[in-house]
Amino acid sequence: MAITEQAILDGLGKIINEITGIPASEVTPEKNFVDDLDIDSLSMVEIAVAAQDEFDVEIPDDQLKNLKTVKDVITFIQG
Amino acid sequence: MARDQVRVVVTGLGATTPLGGDVGSTWSALLAGRSGIDTLTQDWVDTVPVKFAGVAAVDPAEVLPRPEMRRLDRAEQFALIAAREAWQDAGAPKVDGERLGVVVGSGIGGITTILAAYDTYREKGWNRLSPFTVPMLMPNGSAGWISIDLGARAGAHAAASACATGAESIGYAIDMIRSGRADVVVAGGTEAAIHPLNVASFAAMRAMSTRNDEPQRASRPFDKGRDGFVLGEGAGILVLESEEHARARGARVYAVAAGAGYTSDGHHISAPEPSGVGGQQAMQFAIRDAGLDPSDIIHVNAHATSTPIGDEIETHAIKEAIGGHPLVTATKSLTGHLLGGAGGIESVFTALTLHERIVPATANLDDPADGIEVEIVSGEPRKLPGGDLAAINNSFGFGGHNVAIAFTTH
Repeated sequence: MAITEQAILDGLGKIINEITGIPASEVTPEKNFVDDLDIDSLSMVEIAVAAQDEFDVEIPDDQLKNLKTVKDVITFIQG
Repeated sequence: MARDQVRVVVTGLGATTPLGGDVGSTWSALLAGRSGIDTLTQDWVDTVPVKFAGVAAVDPAEVLPRPEMRRLDRAEQFALIAAREAWQDAGAPKVDGERLGVVVGSGIGGITTILAAYDTYREKGWNRLSPFTVPMLMPNGSAGWISIDLGARAGAHAAASACATGAESIGYAIDMIRSGRADVVVAGGTEAAIHPLNVASFAAMRAMSTRNDEPQRASRPFDKGRDGFVLGEGAGILVLESEEHARARGARVYAVAAGAGYTSDGHHISAPEPSGVGGQQAMQFAIRDAGLDPSDIIHVNAHATSTPIGDEIETHAIKEAIGGHPLVTATKSLTGHLLGGAGGIESVFTALTLHERIVPATANLDDPADGIEVEIVSGEPRKLPGGDLAAINNSFGFGGHNVAIAFTTH
């Protein structure tokens, strides 16, 4: 059974809160990591490393740079 | 003063140590003679001959938010906590970032990060490493983080001279202010090296106490029964400031950071030069740099690590440089040896000793070794008289680094 969008969003919220201190409630699908959440490139790598472990996926570097919004990451993880 | 130069004063103190999570709790434990040393409970103690250490009394996770905990090596965490305390203690001075500097180093750097990262790399691959691995393992990381935290732009430096690092950092800070590069400098040392590889490596040098059945009695500088140093962890940080800047804002002054003296033994990579001339000259240079006379020095916070070889040599050096009169203490008897953090915390202690006019006692000095040539304060803390007083903090490091910092009350 594929993981639901809500479950991924909850998991990402937890990861982003752990890494950046941003409240999980602010992590919503339409948010842009750089413009809305003020997350820098190193933190993005940290989030990707944690997300790979959490959701058991590989996020190659050339894909990571295309993941601009929370929704982009959810879509990528859903495959 | 020997030369017409800017005077540097101590206006803020910060610490996190095996005795307490801040300066107040550390200092009161020290005066009460409470030890910060205890038996380690980790499984790895079975693999090493030393089964105790001075673990920080307050874990950084209780103080720092989780994002900072993730990005900072434990040594950097200690440094940032102590720097923030020192900064607040100094009254968070309003100073242009271009006039604010940082000099904070570590003897070993982010060793626990390096070793954990190597495990991650081998077990999971390069792309599971934290992107903060490099800034966590680099030994200048603490200086960098503190400069970011305070917006310090006059230069952030990291001395690396093993167990003399903290004192050397304070000496550099004095120079930064005297030379006009900065008005305020946050300076000191930090270390977080309680890891089986460090314990095993120091044990391989036969440098550590193995008094496993009596951990609180193991660090016993100057005592006949001493058998090695006891590893501690933590940080000690001072806010140093030009006297003019401090007076203009009405800052509380703990002490004058009056001078620094440096020498190198040029003798052996880890053993002290037997005559102690390197340490002796470092003290003499500090006294001269401070414009003092040896007779002014009423107290020495000794490096005295409780290793069999070093403690007597240091007392001989004190006797030669200063005379037989100073009241000497070895606070490592209660904190353990904070390595690169030692000069930082022991300079905090020296400044407080002058400010509060009380010398903390050396613990565990039951039977003074033959060849102790100066008076060691033991048993109870000793009150100091009123009037102008001066004191020295000694720090010596593997590599043959000798640093003495002179502090005065006025």
